[in-house]
Amino acid sequence: MKTTDKKAAKKAFALAAATILAVSSLAGCSKQVSGTVSTDGSTSMEKVIGTLGEAFEEQNSGVSFTYNPTGSGSGIQAVLEGRCDIGLSSRALKDEEKAGGLKETILAYDGIALIVHPSNPVENLDKETIAKIYTGEITNWKDVGGEDAEIVLIGREAGSGTRDGFESITGTEDACQYRQELTSTGDVITTVSTNPGAIGYASLASVNESVKAVSVNGVTPAEETVKDGSYEIQRPFVLVTKEGTKLSDAAQKFYDFAMSDEAVSYISGAGAVAAR
Amino acid sequence: MKDKQFLENIVHGMFLILGLITVGFVLLITVYLVLSGIPAIREIGLFDFLLGDEWQSTAAEPSFGILPFILTSIYGTAGAILLGVPVGFLTAVYLAKEAPSGIRNVVSSAVSLLAGIPSVVYGLVGMLVLVPGIRRLFHIPDGASLLAAIIVLAIMILPSIINVSITALEAVPREYEDASLALGATPVETYFRVSVPAARSGIAAAVVLGVGRAIGEAMAVMMVSGNAPNMPSLFQSVRFLTTAVASEMSYASGLQERALFSIALVLFFFIMLINATLNFFLKRSKEE
Repeated sequence: MKTTDKKAAKKAFALAAATILAVSSLAGCSKQVSGTVSTDGSTSMEKVIGTLGEAFEEQNSGVSFTYNPTGSGSGIQAVLEGRCDIGLSSRALKDEEKAGGLKETILAYDGIALIVHPSNPVENLDKETIAKIYTGEITNWKDVGGEDAEIVLIGREAGSGTRDGFESITGTEDACQYRQELTSTGDVITTVSTNPGAIGYASLASVNESVKAVSVNGVTPAEETVKDGSYEIQRPFVLVTKEGTKLSDAAQKFYDFAMSDEAVSYISGAGAVAAR
Repeated sequence: MKDKQFLENIVHGMFLILGLITVGFVLLITVYLVLSGIPAIREIGLFDFLLGDEWQSTAAEPSFGILPFILTSIYGTAGAILLGVPVGFLTAVYLAKEAPSGIRNVVSSAVSLLAGIPSVVYGLVGMLVLVPGIRRLFHIPDGASLLAAIIVLAIMILPSIINVSITALEAVPREYEDASLALGATPVETYFRVSVPAARSGIAAAVVLGVGRAIGEAMAVMMVSGNAPNMPSLFQSVRFLTTAVASEMSYASGLQERALFSIALVLFFFIMLINATLNFFLKRSKEE
């Protein structure tokens, strides 16, 4: 209860601040803004932020939009050091980061899909089974209704937002017995698509037909199921800004655009689910 | 006359500055690496850092032992040398001494082409062809392993070994070989008993250069070795010093990030050691 109150208060504050800034920027200069908007951070947000950035640039010809795909940690660091306007993180901010003067705004939700080789007969896994598979308790596909073959666990590197999201949602922090730790979503998908015994996790938006996404607790991973919360393995996409530091006019305009109704269609077009 | 002297001085000064820029960069990188690498080592403890066999950088109680990475880098490089040096060395002997000029041209350009292929391409081909191939061939659940990395590295170091060895072999005075042939030795005997021993320092330099290339490679290795921080074993997924830095850097923060700098520092020491060895052999080869 308390946390929701806090959240609501924060939201109200953010909204008020945004409105004031928006009004002041509108009053301050003409409707067209110019300058640059630099974003830095999560590689998993590439599709979403790229789509938003393109649409934003189209509407505001004087603004140049940059996105530096460095990873959530680097993006948060960049905001803190003032090297970019808006940081992008595919995990919620840690308490120590919030204490350091950073503010998070949830832009969208991303479902994390469990992917297997297309030839794998397994269609559904429940969350507990997934945890057991990743902690090495279940090591053969025949125990979960598949063929008699060893399960090859594919994961992401320590510090990755997707890994952090997956492990915290399934309760397998620091306990996963990865066979491979790969450094990008694309690598995970490629590796799973070439190994019949593999299972991996990847951003729902990036999953293509070279792999098969299994359903979790009987729920297929899809935009609708992520949005209504029935698909359980999902995480937030966060815009990170510095508390108390005024964004540049251009950056503020982008921020408002990203949180507007108009952006919802762009976000869903990029495979994520808008938070608002 | 005075003007000419003045111009000379200016040009000399410019050369000096340009030369110093390079030195400056080296110093800058060294100082930066040492400064950012030391804190984590002090925090973790040199002994625990270098000889710890567990790496769990983001765990609730993190452990930062890089022994698996050090051993993997050493084993991986040794394996690549074991596979790459015989092939590269014999290719060099063939190209420098035996090959007709037509074949020589074709093979040389192929070698140059091999040197020009970006490492990410090696990695990609390794990932899509070699890794599944190893899985099927050895009937193991997954092919991303130390073996895959060794094979990729062995191919990647071939061009440096071949090119430097050829240069060394070609520098052997023609008279040595002529004398040997005149004494009745066959061409093959001459190459292996006269030319190769005469060029041994240069060939040693080629091997050391190959070691340097193999130990410093990150991208290709990262794509085929699986990156799990296991103790090295031929069919296990492993992580090298280079890939340990590269794979976690993008999302690292706090002590984890500082520890990655420390790994880079350890790697830097390895490379320095290799460079010193290389210089030693090159100097000796010049003296000979």
